[in-house]
Amino acid sequence: MRIRLYWVAFTTIVVKEVRRFTRIWVQTLLPPAITMALYFIIFGNLIGSRIGEMDGYNYMQFIMPGLIMMSVITNSYTNVVSSFFSSKFQHSIEEILVSPVPSWVILSGYVLGGVTRGLMVGFMVTLLALFFTEVTVHNIFVTIAVVLLTAILFAIGGFINALFAQKFDDIAIIPTFVLTPLTYLGGVFYSIHLLPDFWQGVSQFNPILYMVNTFRYGILGVSDINHWVALGAICLFIAVFFSLALWLLERGRGIRQ
Amino acid sequence: MKALSLHNLEKTYDNGHRALKGISLDVEEGDFFALLGPNGAGKSTTLGIVCSLVRKTAGKASIFGVDIDEDFARAKQLMGVVPQEFNFSVFEKVEDIVLTAAGYQGIREKDARPRTERLLRDLGLWEKRHQQARMLSGGMKRRLMIARALVHNPKLLILDEPTAGVDIELRRSMWTFMQEINRQGVTIILTTHYLEEAESLCRNIAIIDQGEIIKNTSMKSLLTELNSETFVLDLTSPLEKAPELDEFSCRLVDAATLEVEIMKGQSISELFRVLNKAGIEVLSLRNKANRLEELFVSLVDKTAASDFSAENTTDSKAGAA
Repeated sequence: MRIRLYWVAFTTIVVKEVRRFTRIWVQTLLPPAITMALYFIIFGNLIGSRIGEMDGYNYMQFIMPGLIMMSVITNSYTNVVSSFFSSKFQHSIEEILVSPVPSWVILSGYVLGGVTRGLMVGFMVTLLALFFTEVTVHNIFVTIAVVLLTAILFAIGGFINALFAQKFDDIAIIPTFVLTPLTYLGGVFYSIHLLPDFWQGVSQFNPILYMVNTFRYGILGVSDINHWVALGAICLFIAVFFSLALWLLERGRGIRQ
Repeated sequence: MKALSLHNLEKTYDNGHRALKGISLDVEEGDFFALLGPNGAGKSTTLGIVCSLVRKTAGKASIFGVDIDEDFARAKQLMGVVPQEFNFSVFEKVEDIVLTAAGYQGIREKDARPRTERLLRDLGLWEKRHQQARMLSGGMKRRLMIARALVHNPKLLILDEPTAGVDIELRRSMWTFMQEINRQGVTIILTTHYLEEAESLCRNIAIIDQGEIIKNTSMKSLLTELNSETFVLDLTSPLEKAPELDEFSCRLVDAATLEVEIMKGQSISELFRVLNKAGIEVLSLRNKANRLEELFVSLVDKTAASDFSAENTTDSKAGAA
């Protein structure tokens, strides 16, 4: 009986989340498509043709996996942080809190909502890439696993950010000052082998580097890092972040008095 | 069976404010119960604990015998909550808001649709079902929250100031709706600032002030405690000064309006007899304030006065030390 309740509640949260971001598709789905199309045109086509090959692939092919991953990361995170914070801000989160839905179902529902948007945008960017370059898949398992796990990890990250956020500025700080720099420095546009040794070492501490490179391995078969280590690390981070988010939610951090 | 049972419930907020000082309260199944108190008395904190929006510091609470510490999920299935503030996404459609609430209760959409339709029709929202909630008037938004709270057929309905800001006509239609729900067996706990509302709807009452229950009794017996009532009389002819009536104290509000205090045990017939004798003809008569309001003010004032004197005593002792 409880299992049915949890399943219905879970699907309700996911449907509500998907309905939310599709209702405002001009704010949620269209901008990443336009931004990524510009990246493909400017960096891939215009500048890329002068850069030449990178890791044995033309520049457009090289940056394509990174751009897809960048969209997935940004959109998974943004969806959850903005949706959950808005629920807090409008007090509509109380609808769930007064219902018999356990914390892990609430968290899972929001995370799947974020993952759905991340993957949907990722898929749109992949379709866009087809207009500019040939898309091949070197290892389908690694490709799907890393994109899915990354979306989950950043959706959980967005949830934790939303729990702590008290004003709208608080939900923009992490994406602007942490996620964007890490993504740009995470090997989306270059191979870390181009960097001096010191900066190559520093880059090893950037978790997004592992995600981008593992995805690039799945698509192109080339990577700066060991993709199995990366997949294991992402799983570990998911476990840690999920537990943390659940603990905060159980304690009512930012949502219960 | 007790619909709600609170035992020594305490709440101290992080800032050290002690909002509840160990309140105990029982609400019987089927009751229409009023929980009254001035602003900041602890009403919303109490209800917040019952529906899990506020974490209690100590004490016990159970709903239809289900202890919230043991099985809060089950307890939550038994109750519906209509909060003081609008707490739905204003960009969602009216129908979706109710169906989503049903989903959170584990009711599948196809099972929730018929009840959603009935509730929206009963509450006059069916024509608005495809509109975003932000397009609704204040009264409609309140009714939407009632529909949402009832979609899973709860046995206990908690209404935290459900008619705040609602015009009188709509308020009365909401009263009729609530009375009907109560007749169908739903226990209702109501907080309100409209004491007329509590007096007309509720059978039992608790008054909470400064985190303590200062009165918990039936409405009928509470009203018998009223020592005096003030009536306002509109006169047919103006008077120059207030008449001196033997058994009643009165004052002239304006030339044609007289205010008379009738003590417990005195009758209105007697007042009319005295007024007739004085040659004063009355055009119409009304209560100056609602009866419960007079009692409420006297009870809350009494607590405030005793607190004030206690504080002064403490202060003077501290000053002496």
